[in-house]
Amino acid sequence: MLERYLSAASTYAHWIDYQFILIAVIVGFWLIAAEGMMFWLIFKFRARDGRPTQYITGEEPHLKRWISIPHYLIIVCDIVILAGAITVWYQIKQVMPPADAGAVVRIIGQQWAWSFQQPGPDGVLDTADDIRSVGELHVAVNTTYHFELMSRDVIHSFSVPAFRLKQDGLPGRTISGWFRPNRVGTYDIQCTQMCGIGHALMAGRIIVETPQDHAAWMLRNSNSTVAQQQAPASPAAANATTMAEVRR
Amino acid sequence: MSTSAKPLANTRSGTGIVSAKLITWWVIASEIVIFGGLLAAYVMHRIGHPEWADSASHTLTWAGAFNTFVLLTSSLCAVLAHQAADAHDGPKAAKLLRLTSLGGLIFLIVKGYEWSVDIHEGFVISSGGFWSFYYTLAGLHGLHVLAGMIIMLIVASDAAKNQELQRVECIGLYWHFVDIVWIFLFPLLYIAR
Amino acid sequence: MSADLQHHEPGIFQKYFWSTDHKMIARQYLFTGMAMALIGGFFAYVFRMQLGFPNHAVPGYGIVTPARYNALVTMHGSIMIFWVAMPVLIAAFGNFLIPLMVGCDDMAFPRINRLSYQIFLLSALVLLSSFLVKGGPFGGAWTAYPPLSASGAYNLTPIGATLWLVAVALEFVAFLLGGINFTVTAMNSRAPGMKMYDVPIVVWMIVLASVIFMASAGPLIAGAVMLLFDQTMATGFYDPTRGGDPLLWEHLFWFFGHPEVYVVLLPAMGIVAEIIAVFARKKIFGYKTVLYTTWAVGFLSFVVWAHHQFVAGIDPRMANIFSITTLLISVPVTEMVFLYVATLYGGSIHLDTPMLWALAFIAEFMIGGVTGIFLGSSGTDIYLHDTYFLIAHFHYTFVPIAIIAVFGGLTFWYPKMFGRMLNEKLGKIHFWGTVIPFNVIFIPLFITGIAGDQRRIYNYALFAEQARPPLQHLRTTATVALLVMLSFQLVFLYNFFTSLGKGKEAGPNPWRSATLEWTIPSPPPHGNFVEMPTVYRGPYEYGLPGHPEDFVAQNVPDSALVGEVEA
Ligand code: HEA
Ligand code: HEA
Ligand code: CUA
Ligand SMILES: [Cu+2]
Repeated sequence: MLERYLSAASTYAHWIDYQFILIAVIVGFWLIAAEGMMFWLIFKFRARDGRPTQYITGEEPHLKRWISIPHYLIIVCDIVILAGAITVWYQIKQVMPPADAGAVVRIIGQQWAWSFQQPGPDGVLDTADDIRSVGELHVAVNTTYHFELMSRDVIHSFSVPAFRLKQDGLPGRTISGWFRPNRVGTYDIQCTQMCGIGHALMAGRIIVETPQDHAAWMLRNSNSTVAQQQAPASPAAANATTMAEVRR
Repeated sequence: MSTSAKPLANTRSGTGIVSAKLITWWVIASEIVIFGGLLAAYVMHRIGHPEWADSASHTLTWAGAFNTFVLLTSSLCAVLAHQAADAHDGPKAAKLLRLTSLGGLIFLIVKGYEWSVDIHEGFVISSGGFWSFYYTLAGLHGLHVLAGMIIMLIVASDAAKNQELQRVECIGLYWHFVDIVWIFLFPLLYIAR
Repeated sequence: MSADLQHHEPGIFQKYFWSTDHKMIARQYLFTGMAMALIGGFFAYVFRMQLGFPNHAVPGYGIVTPARYNALVTMHGSIMIFWVAMPVLIAAFGNFLIPLMVGCDDMAFPRINRLSYQIFLLSALVLLSSFLVKGGPFGGAWTAYPPLSASGAYNLTPIGATLWLVAVALEFVAFLLGGINFTVTAMNSRAPGMKMYDVPIVVWMIVLASVIFMASAGPLIAGAVMLLFDQTMATGFYDPTRGGDPLLWEHLFWFFGHPEVYVVLLPAMGIVAEIIAVFARKKIFGYKTVLYTTWAVGFLSFVVWAHHQFVAGIDPRMANIFSITTLLISVPVTEMVFLYVATLYGGSIHLDTPMLWALAFIAEFMIGGVTGIFLGSSGTDIYLHDTYFLIAHFHYTFVPIAIIAVFGGLTFWYPKMFGRMLNEKLGKIHFWGTVIPFNVIFIPLFITGIAGDQRRIYNYALFAEQARPPLQHLRTTATVALLVMLSFQLVFLYNFFTSLGKGKEAGPNPWRSATLEWTIPSPPPHGNFVEMPTVYRGPYEYGLPGHPEDFVAQNVPDSALVGEVEA
């Protein structure tokens, strides 16, 4: 259902979509039933000459049933919804499936841009061959990533709608999470927390590539001497891409 | 429109508690949640920051202790004032209320001295987490002491003329509340290590 | 009897600005709230025009820059909640109805009541003054999360941010004073014979709302003091580099913010209950059950706040607990709604304008309520949080509350307030012209939300997925519908102001209602009741068997009843 409106490009996008549909079906049923009941009663009991109103307190057992049975049914429905909600939540936010080798990314929000730090070919963060970029994040498809989210100034929220991923980043904290893209393509990154006058300008792109494309991108961009020795690309070009990534 | 005439609404008492006293309790209840929020925030931070104990050791514990004593004594005067009011002795109640506010005054003077010492030692409200809470909590409490004193003097001037004696008890209740807040603040700000 | 009756004729200032009469204070709140509603509605017009027709100058405003957009949204949200919903639903209706409905001459503390309005007016002026200061009004959202709100270097509106905070704090003080007064009046000043369960539901609801407000606002007042010091005295309560914590504010804010939504919901529910009972000529189905559900809602509303913070960086395990409590609170709310629907059963339903508004409230609120379930389910909220789905959810609750139920209450009690009837035909035109466009505004916004539109964005051009043309069409549709809705408000204003002078004389009880306010002349005289009433029965005695009239007023003694039946 949600995919009609926005593509789903991560493994857990579908879990969220199914949970959405589950809720839609359950509350949709109740909504239609309740609205239907109401309009039917309005019609049935419209004022007519010579028909007196009934004196009902609502304590009569045979009428009270009409409230108490739905009451219990709603509790049952709530439990079903909760079971789904907590399962989805648990899988996405409470557990971290192990990351694939080298698949970590540090995401830093600041007024008003996203910057990213990924390990270079050595697969380890905070080494000389790290790849830094602004506004654009390259990831490989079908790879489980861990991210570390932080902020330099105010609260931002890192959101990739196509992944159904959203997490606030706070100054002074590092928040970790994971995602596993499963469709090649280019998707939006949003900031979904009010962060000042440039909040609406804090856009980014996430580019999900095939492993081959991703490896090539990594070689092109890794700006350390180590990387350059392994893959002698033009140093000038490498520097140019890392520094001058789109700042929108 | 006359201000002295009371609406019938004010004189009724569906609960059996006179309205003046009932409203005092509600005011105190809403104050409790204000101080409760601030205190809870402080305690949570304090637990998270053991190093704040260093800052706390710079507070003048003896001054705080003396102030505790002053407030407790003034609360006693407020109780006596209430008794006097119950005995319809307005002038006596007024005298005791004025004595109570004198306690408040001493409290504020000591507080002022304390703060000037702290400030001279370089501890101002922006000197760190502990000091921010220290000045905010004590400052908010001090404002309540000041407000209580002013209201008390007004009530006293009425009471001296044997008017509105039921208010003596209400302001007394309020004063006890201010006192109790201090009983929480003193150990949490000065003693806790 | 109150000595006030022999008062000398007061001057204009005395009468309109310095009055301690609850009915006058109710009007002050009502008209201030209406003026603020027009301002808040105007802001909605400006930023929706920007969203519908990006980068065109908005007629009557001009170009909307990003900074201005943020400020308009922030002010719209703050004004609509704190300066429209609260003053109208709680203060205006509370002031007008409580003394009349419990059968006394005024509030228990009329001068505190006057003070409450004066502080409220001051708070509104402080808020509006922020449009005049350097940097303009605060733009950091009505939730004002620090560090953004705490530092002028981040929000670029140092003065505006402080003015916003001071205005909100003053507004809180006003409502604490008002709420305490309501509570004491309802507890102490009831007419003889009026027992706990003889109190009309709307009075119960307003009083419970005041109590909930009082219990939840305190921590935020403390939080506001801390934020004020962060802004002005360089403290670091919310600054993580100095031992503070921005999440503290989020907790304090939502510990207040969530109960707040029920603070405005309850009075609206109360108004609707009164209207439904009168126009269905029915006793409320399960009066006591309604009260039990209200207490349950009031209690539970204190333990759901973190559902606004699922992805805010709190411990993820906490989300599960708050998801459970959130779905739990839907049970009593649902039950309350179902009881109202059940009240229609066996009735004799008259579809006058107030009843149309009341029924529309239920129909629309259900949509807002069920969409809350999608958000309360932590798993789906990861995606829906801070999207237009959320915006549509809370407008489907707030607009029914602050607009639809308020119009219901106004059209219902207008005869009592001003002594004249509103024009019924204009009322119906206004009703359909408001309710239909309302749905056309917000149903498209559910869809853009599902498609990923995040909130507080002045222009989606930078977001490729959001800039797709079909989504822009939906946004434009919403904007056009808003224009239609706003233009129909002119009908209301015309009807409201012309009927003051030209409306049909209402008489004491035009709707044949059983509660006490309808037993006295319209508008009620100073002191309300010429003879103070005694209460003999509950507020909803409609269709009592064996009685010639189809209702029995609360102040009719049993002896009179017996007499009539025999006669
Ligand atoms: C008065 C206004 C009001 C009311 C009454 C409600 C009522 C509810 N709200 Fe809403 N809410 C807001 C105003 C309101 N809300 C606002 C303003 C925000 C956003 C603030 C911001 O971020 O700016 C918000 C945000 C908000 C969130 C946070 C979302 C996010 O930020 O990501 C959540 C999450 O749980 C939520 C849930 C609910 C629920 C479960 C109810 C329930 O009480 C609803 C219960 C009602 C029903 C369920 C309908 C009747 C029942 C039926 C027709 C039967 C079928 C039902 C079932 C099967 C369960 N709301
Ligand atoms: C009571 C609350 C309330 C009400 C009634 C409304 C009413 C409306 N709101 Fe608002 N809105 C909020 C509370 C409310 N809103 C909040 C809290 C936010 C979040 C702010 C934030 O993010 O910080 C928000 C945000 C918000 C946004 C999101 C902006 C963004 O995130 O970028 C949008 C977008 O369309 C919007 C639109 C509208 C529209 C079209 C109406 C229309 O329904 C308005 C129509 C106006 C009228 C009908 C007024 C006419 C008045 C009269 C004729 C006087 C009558 C008298 C009385 C009612 C007493 N609102
Ligand atoms: Cu960063 Cu919004
Ligand atoms: Cu909530």
